[in-house]
Amino acid sequence: MTDRAADAVWEVSRLELDRRLQRKRASRRSVLIALVSTVVFAAAAGWLVVSSPNWDTVQQTFFNPEIAVESFPKVLEGLWLNIRVLFFASIAVAVVGTLLAVMRSLRGPVWFPLRALATGYTDLFRGLPVLIVLYLVGFGIPGLNPEVRIPVAVLGTIAISLCYSAYVAEVLRAGMEAVHPSQRIAARSLGLSHAKTLRLVVIPQALRKVVPALMNDFVSMQKDVGLISVLGAVDAIRSAQIIQAQTYNFTPYVVAGLLFVALSWPMIRLTDAVSARMARREQQGGTV
Amino acid sequence: MSVLELHGVHKLFGDNHVLRGVDLAVDEHEVVVVIGASGSGKSTLMRTINLIERVDDGRILLSGDDITAIDVDVDQVRGRIGVVFQHFNLFPHIRVIDNVTLAARVVHGVAPDVAKDRAVSLLEKFGLGDKVRDYPDRLSGGQQQRVAIVRAILTDPELLLLDEITSALDPMLVGEVLDLVRDLKAQGSTIVMATHEMSFARSVADRIVFMHGGRPLESGTPEQIFGDPQQPETREFLARITHR
Repeated sequence: MTDRAADAVWEVSRLELDRRLQRKRASRRSVLIALVSTVVFAAAAGWLVVSSPNWDTVQQTFFNPEIAVESFPKVLEGLWLNIRVLFFASIAVAVVGTLLAVMRSLRGPVWFPLRALATGYTDLFRGLPVLIVLYLVGFGIPGLNPEVRIPVAVLGTIAISLCYSAYVAEVLRAGMEAVHPSQRIAARSLGLSHAKTLRLVVIPQALRKVVPALMNDFVSMQKDVGLISVLGAVDAIRSAQIIQAQTYNFTPYVVAGLLFVALSWPMIRLTDAVSARMARREQQGGTV
Repeated sequence: MSVLELHGVHKLFGDNHVLRGVDLAVDEHEVVVVIGASGSGKSTLMRTINLIERVDDGRILLSGDDITAIDVDVDQVRGRIGVVFQHFNLFPHIRVIDNVTLAARVVHGVAPDVAKDRAVSLLEKFGLGDKVRDYPDRLSGGQQQRVAIVRAILTDPELLLLDEITSALDPMLVGEVLDLVRDLKAQGSTIVMATHEMSFARSVADRIVFMHGGRPLESGTPEQIFGDPQQPETREFLARITHR
């Protein structure tokens, strides 16, 4: 039995202080090892690249500094179009994707046509290559009535939204199904309708479960908006292509590619951070 | 020699000082039952012994080995301790027999048929002979918990930790699980058990430890603790729990 007078103060023992010191030393050692191994690895990789045959030609063709500087403003201007397309497509995808997911989750025989429609839509557009949808919408629709001019960027936005809505709908539906049935039962037994149960109980929990998957789809869409260049929209990729055709040098593509990476990088890191935070929350405490 | 010794164990979660200097020794073949209100530190105590929580001070010895030393092989230590949880935690994707033999096969390197033979004989002994090939979701809570106990004892751990193993069970099913624990005691297992089943604690424990405010406030034989508790907190706790 412990002495109750010892309640108030707890001085960290020598034993624990020593353990902390050892842990600190061990972690310092790990950092040092990681640092040394990284430097060695980077040096080896760098040497391997630079010393490879024809490195000069490769550098001139893909990493030409003058052409990079020259093409940068044009490509950046093109990227602005990509960002606008991404913005509007995201909104469309969020709305259509949610609608589709809700349609697929409707219960009861009356809703069969809607359910079938949503299922058919997601099956179709998840299987269809994005490029085909782009051609059909971007070149097919203007062909119907040549007098009305719809900007290709708008058509591209529609095509991208059509495809990604199907993916996002499936992710949301998976999330809604992952919410434990007892949650629905609890909500319904409180008298909430099916719609209110979905809106106030199921969807908020489902969203939390699928945030990493949704962010992943967003990152994927960030680069796929570059596909609108095949319609002739002057976006980052198209701008790079124009300069490439003039100079016969591939550096502008590298510049455009790096800009796309820079665009998606914050989102990728954020996705990782959110996933890590959710994992921490789920396995509260414990170092297993 | 004691199987388990705790010396001045502290654990904090942020500012929450959950364990405030726990000293405890458990002898071989001894059954120690830990009682106390929710939040008194019972579960945290169990988790520190199994190294799921790292202690913030103090030392824990398992058969004389310091398992809180920083270079200790955590998996090896856990392999020497059997744990049974409140919610069974059986693996739902594999059959009863595979649940029970998993650790023996992949951690302890026991030959699969040897592990299987031993598992089947234990399961049969505890009335689960016809469940060997079933998946856990086909079993009642009491059966699942008995399977979990077999899983924990299959490799003859030096120490068995039972953390409120009947708290999630239907009252009708508590008896079958507690009977199994009684069998384990008869076989000489060394057990540390947290429970709210006071009558069981009284009948099976060699020693009762009453946790209060993050430390063992009072400990003694069941007769001492239930018959003549010395501390006012112990008396109050027992009065609350026996006259609900």
